[in-house]
Amino acid sequence: MDTVFFLTFATIAVLCGVSVVVHTQPIKSALSLIGVMCALAVLYLQLGAEFIAATQVVVYAGAIMVLFVFVIMLVNAGTESKGRRSWPVWLLGIPMLIGLLALLNYVIRVAVPDTERVRFGEFTRGGPGDVGSVLFTKYLLPFEITSVLILVAILGAVVLARKEVDR
Amino acid sequence: MNFYVLSLVKAVVVTAVLLTALAYIQWVERKVIAHIQLRMGPYRVGPHGLLQPIADVIKLLTKEDLLPAHVNKFLYLLAPFLAVSLALISISIIPFGPMIEVGGVSTWMQLTDLNIGILFLLAVSSLSVYAVALAGRSSNNKYALLGSLRAAAQMISYELPMGVALAASLLVTGSLSLRDIVNAQQGSWLGVIPNWNIFQLPAPQIFGFLIFLIAAFAETNRIPFDLPEAENELVAGFHVEYSSLKFASFFMAEYANMITISAITTTVFLGGWHPLFPVEYGSAFVPVALFALAGILALYHGVKPARRKDRFTLPVFGVIFLVIAVVFLIPVVQMWLLPLFWFLAKTGALLMLFIWVRGTLPRFRYDQLMKFAWTFLFPVSLVNLLATAFLVAVAGK
Repeated sequence: MDTVFFLTFATIAVLCGVSVVVHTQPIKSALSLIGVMCALAVLYLQLGAEFIAATQVVVYAGAIMVLFVFVIMLVNAGTESKGRRSWPVWLLGIPMLIGLLALLNYVIRVAVPDTERVRFGEFTRGGPGDVGSVLFTKYLLPFEITSVLILVAILGAVVLARKEVDR
Repeated sequence: MNFYVLSLVKAVVVTAVLLTALAYIQWVERKVIAHIQLRMGPYRVGPHGLLQPIADVIKLLTKEDLLPAHVNKFLYLLAPFLAVSLALISISIIPFGPMIEVGGVSTWMQLTDLNIGILFLLAVSSLSVYAVALAGRSSNNKYALLGSLRAAAQMISYELPMGVALAASLLVTGSLSLRDIVNAQQGSWLGVIPNWNIFQLPAPQIFGFLIFLIAAFAETNRIPFDLPEAENELVAGFHVEYSSLKFASFFMAEYANMITISAITTTVFLGGWHPLFPVEYGSAFVPVALFALAGILALYHGVKPARRKDRFTLPVFGVIFLVIAVVFLIPVVQMWLLPLFWFLAKTGALLMLFIWVRGTLPRFRYDQLMKFAWTFLFPVSLVNLLATAFLVAVAGK
């Protein structure tokens, strides 16, 4: 049962991911990205991280992507023109893609030994309480630094938007 | 009984009741607004227009299903489907009552209980923006696009105060599961004041409740926040181009959202299925008294009717109400009927408030709407969250 679910949603995630890149209309790419996020949320849910799954949908699919779609609708972005790729792109791109995949494969094999496998339903400490207590004890410093970073980003956005208005 | 069979039966019952309620809340709304405006409302189809919803459904089903030229077909068809399925899905985690036993099988009066219940609700409600946005975008119509732009901006803005108001009440309860939230609101203090979240010590969530309610009006696109479908400037907003069953699904989604959000407000702030006052003071007899009163009133007016039809219809209604009142006295049925009554009474009162406001208030201007969300509602909800956190910390709960 778990494997069937995993394969279904993993396939959906990958297909949507490909469709993000392939589509020429921005709105369709954005929608495919939402598909990727929802499929990923289901995978998190399978792994026992229900809080992360819910936040994935609330924050990414429900807030950030809504803003993306909103902006695409507001500026009424049309179809992206598809230029013909020149020969150096093909010549360099394909070997580099293969190299990247090989490197990723190697890193995963080194980082995760063969004996350690994912078992569905084994991890149960993914509730909001568990995530919260870890976030405010073990990972307090990274958490606070991230919040400061986001604050800086917000201030930057406000400053940039302000200049535009004053002119 | 088998878990799957039981879940299936419960799902079928809840869906059937919800869909019927969806049709009839429209009848209630038209009647109430008509009476506010000193009109009669629907009166021709069936006694007091009671069959009007069925007539409406048949009309919508048999209308021509039009696909306008130059629409983005996939998105155009996806939008109403998204709207209605997202609107109906959240009812699955609402607790209608406690554990009950029917014919030897004990089960919760709830389809399922998630330990991230509230987050699930927020996720579903934040996804429902897409239905409106896509409908407007794919329709290839200026009015639809403007309507959906407004809707998207409005729903993002009001989701913030809504989430923060919910967070404050969660601080008091300390759980995200809706079942735990209702159970925490059991009992009363000082003998009479119920332990609902809006009254509960140490931090009564009365302001949280008001903020949530205002945001709920905006989230469901109801007057005074119905800018996305302001008919005098945008024709009908995001669903201008939809006809027949696709229009009906947007319509259903709006009312389903209204019912869901009232049910959530009841669950989180108004104590779910717990009675208004303790059983020792006779809260078990409130439904009996109410239905008996309604029955006697209907009989009384049936004796000297204002219209000729009423000589027959009103006594029939009176007898039905009296029978319901008697049913509430049967001890076996009482066990699961009483919680259901209190839950539906509170949800119904909130739905009545929605209708009442629609019959009373004019529409906001768009800049007022945005200003209200960002410069008033959001700061107030933050202050409410901070105050609640402080009080809970001091009380050491």
